[in-house]
Amino acid sequence: MNDRYSGWRLFAEAFRGNSGWKPAWRKPEPKPRYDVVIIGGGGHGLATAHYLASVHGIANVAVVEKGPIGLGNGGRNTTIVRSNYMLPSNTRFYEKSLKLWEGLEQDLNYNVMMSQRGVLNIFHSDAERDFAVRRGNSMRLQGVDAVLLDRDGVRAMLPMVAMDNPMFPILGGLLQPRGGTARHDAVIWGFARAADRRGVDILEHCEVTGVRRDGGKVVGVETTRGFIGAGKVGVAVAGNTSRLAAMAGLTLPVETHLLQAFVSEAIKPYIDCVATFGAGHFYISQSDKGGLVFGGNLDGYNSYSQRGNLPLVEHLMGAAVAMMPSLSRLRVLRQWAGVMDMTMDGSPFICKTTVSGLYFNGGWCYGGFKATPASGWCFAHTIAMDEPHPLNADLTLDRFREGRLIDERGAGPSPWAQ
Amino acid sequence: MQLIPCPFCGARPEDEFHYRGDASVKRPAPDAGEQAFYDYVYTRANPRSWHTEWWRHFAGCRQWLKVERNTLTHEVGAAVSPAETLPHTPA
Repeated sequence: MNDRYSGWRLFAEAFRGNSGWKPAWRKPEPKPRYDVVIIGGGGHGLATAHYLASVHGIANVAVVEKGPIGLGNGGRNTTIVRSNYMLPSNTRFYEKSLKLWEGLEQDLNYNVMMSQRGVLNIFHSDAERDFAVRRGNSMRLQGVDAVLLDRDGVRAMLPMVAMDNPMFPILGGLLQPRGGTARHDAVIWGFARAADRRGVDILEHCEVTGVRRDGGKVVGVETTRGFIGAGKVGVAVAGNTSRLAAMAGLTLPVETHLLQAFVSEAIKPYIDCVATFGAGHFYISQSDKGGLVFGGNLDGYNSYSQRGNLPLVEHLMGAAVAMMPSLSRLRVLRQWAGVMDMTMDGSPFICKTTVSGLYFNGGWCYGGFKATPASGWCFAHTIAMDEPHPLNADLTLDRFREGRLIDERGAGPSPWAQ
Repeated sequence: MQLIPCPFCGARPEDEFHYRGDASVKRPAPDAGEQAFYDYVYTRANPRSWHTEWWRHFAGCRQWLKVERNTLTHEVGAAVSPAETLPHTPA
């Protein structure tokens, strides 16, 4: 633990010309065989490796990633952390995640810039208010914090919103004070460093081209850096889960869709919480650099392209200005898109498969970033014990066949409408 | 912006259309069994290449169309009315 990060270390390095810092993770050559191979070097895969090593004592683990780590959805999200779900299967899982977020920096010895600035869902009609009350009550019954704000409460938090827009007047909001944001890249780097320090090999530029099976059991993965043997294989490649499943001969209830996000030019402190607009799908927060970070709906058609199209940009900017008219003169600095596994009920899966030793983690829809720690924690348990933890016992692929959908939104088997 | 070559209206921008998913999925016979209906409702090939899809031209001729589109490049191939067969699309 001699390269532990601390205030003292920072102070000492200042007198050594910062010559003592080492790379945060190694660049090892692949070994011929590992106990566990995790496919996908994003937040979920790295978190799984970290918890396999730290909670279950399984450190002979490789994380294989086709490019550099964290360039998929780990680097493409809008950094929001919350657990304001209604259905118990989701609430208890995401609340576990939020609890892990709250202690993550100490666990990883890495500053992930976790900021519990509050997540406020604004509502604009009686029906939306009733639903917010119901969801808030459901959260409180499950021990999650939720506060119902009236108009004045919203106005006090967000003086810049249009309270009396004739189409979308603001009636109030549902606030989760413990929700907030974390620095997405730091989460990737923190998990990578913590896993690496426990002996996990992070194999970058190592694309999986096939999953090798011996009968009904998985024996390893074919990669662009050769065959790697594995006792167990965990797949955490949300966005591309269908492709990995096809390599293992499975077809999933998943479609891949685009989700865009935007950052504006940096401005002075403008908004100090995460706010969502209930009349359209729009949400906004401000990064520590000052840029406003915002996003909205899916583009609405199957796509692996990692770039969005203009109709959604126009829709989103309209929603932004309807909610906060003062945004109209702000310039957008960057725009990008990530590819989501959209499941048929809008909820994820962390589960065993019909192939022995092969485990799936995917279907994150919009919820991938906030789920990162609990996803890794539950996936590590599922892989190590060969059975799900009670927290992810409902997050199966079989639930579709069995009619146990976790349909928070009730949109039916239409992934583009979730 | 994707341009969809509507057989009735010509090439029109994507925001004149509604999307309705994979058009290769066929409703099974009523006695086809549980697995067939499970696959029909839930499982999808989800290809990272050419994909046959339903699009409805709601802001134009209001017809349902069967469209061939590449999910990786956003290239749009042919579009035909539902009863017709799509011409072979290059891989």
